[in-house]
Amino acid sequence: MMMSAARALLARDLRMLWRRRGDALQPALFALLVVVLFALALGAEPQALAKVAPAVLWLAVLLAGLLALDTLFRGDAEDGSLEQWMLAPVPLWWLVLVRTFMHWASSALPLLVATPFLGELLHLPHDQLPVLLASLALGTPLLSLIGAVVAALTVGMRRSGILVALLALPLYVPVLVFGAGSVAAWAQGLDSTGALLLLGAGLVVALVLAPLAAAAAIRIALS
Amino acid sequence: MNPVVRWFHQLGSPPYFDRFASRWAPWAYVLGLLMMAWGLYGALFVVPADYQQGDSFRILYIHVPSAWMSMAIFALMALYSAIALIWRIKLCEILAMACAPAGAAFTLITLLTGSIWGKPMWGTWWDWDPRLTTELILLFLYLGVIGLYNAIDDRRAAARAAGLLAIVGVALLPVIHYSVTWWNSLHQGQTISLFGKSHMDASMLPPLWWMVAGTHVWFVGSLLSRARADNLRRESGKDWVARLAGATQ
Repeated sequence: MMMSAARALLARDLRMLWRRRGDALQPALFALLVVVLFALALGAEPQALAKVAPAVLWLAVLLAGLLALDTLFRGDAEDGSLEQWMLAPVPLWWLVLVRTFMHWASSALPLLVATPFLGELLHLPHDQLPVLLASLALGTPLLSLIGAVVAALTVGMRRSGILVALLALPLYVPVLVFGAGSVAAWAQGLDSTGALLLLGAGLVVALVLAPLAAAAAIRIALS
Repeated sequence: MNPVVRWFHQLGSPPYFDRFASRWAPWAYVLGLLMMAWGLYGALFVVPADYQQGDSFRILYIHVPSAWMSMAIFALMALYSAIALIWRIKLCEILAMACAPAGAAFTLITLLTGSIWGKPMWGTWWDWDPRLTTELILLFLYLGVIGLYNAIDDRRAAARAAGLLAIVGVALLPVIHYSVTWWNSLHQGQTISLFGKSHMDASMLPPLWWMVAGTHVWFVGSLLSRARADNLRRESGKDWVARLAGATQ
């Protein structure tokens, strides 16, 4: 039952994604623009860029994800699908989890694929790339799960605007600190596994708790 | 029925809470201010100057109580929100949301006094140190709760959504509390302890306890009067509010 519901939701989301192919590329395009802006503002000096490259890439990914948050539940709230989710025989948190996974796969995964390319733009030292990719692979699902709670809290509002950023960014800070921190530690010749393990632990906790919190928030918003 | 249980149930009724809050809030304000005044007198005139920091350590008598309050109020807000979400007690929604502005104010005072103290002692107004950063995030969380509460039109849904955010944010409290232990921090570790032996000279402690108790009692007054105002606003269509406002039928 739960698997077939997940399959149906995934198939629907994939079809929607395909019909609006242009929208799906927006987060990646936004991240590219952020990287370009940083590079131009910092003066395009290779050494200076290489030093801040991991932090800039983390910020670009984080901001692109923040921008994409609003679309997580908004369409379904407007056309009434979210009410049907609540009435569905499968638990609401399961559908939230599937949707969040789909959202991560469509907004963060392209960025992960593009990270080596964006890294080249910033002269990211090649030995830092694996650590950066590992921290992003662990960190972006965590950002998506935390973001799902925030998106669910603001789903009842017609215009959420800056509020989403105000709610999400403080909760994103620990992820950013450990994500960018792991690469910074590696760049200084220190061990980065500690920060990566903490990110992994956070991901496991969020996988269990965030869908429940987001489901509760949806029930509040639509009650 | 047990009188305590009966009183607890009565307190959930808006008119009864209004009478209760309007009776006790002024007492809490006066008592809290007196305790804080006595504590401040002790802190500024009685306590000897520190052998290392001179007189500048005296800001601790404001910094430490407000730092404790900033965390305690967040925990209280999350507790009220949990009660409101689980048992749907309307008064707890109001009380939870009444916590947020006072908590945000205490957090801001903590950051400002710490910054003022940090300039002569550490040589910098601000440092991206774990404890300072987490306290700043706490301020943003308070602002997020207040913002979310004001952004949703339906008061009850707004209080429940903001309460859920408070419960999510409470995961941060242990990180703030243990940040000086977990990471290398510019901020000093815990020197004052309620039950164990404090690492502060005994002569410096009494004003601190007066300030801590004073801020708590003052906060009760602030909580009651804020909750009373919100309660009246929500019940503004009811007869008892009209009678209270002196309206003639």
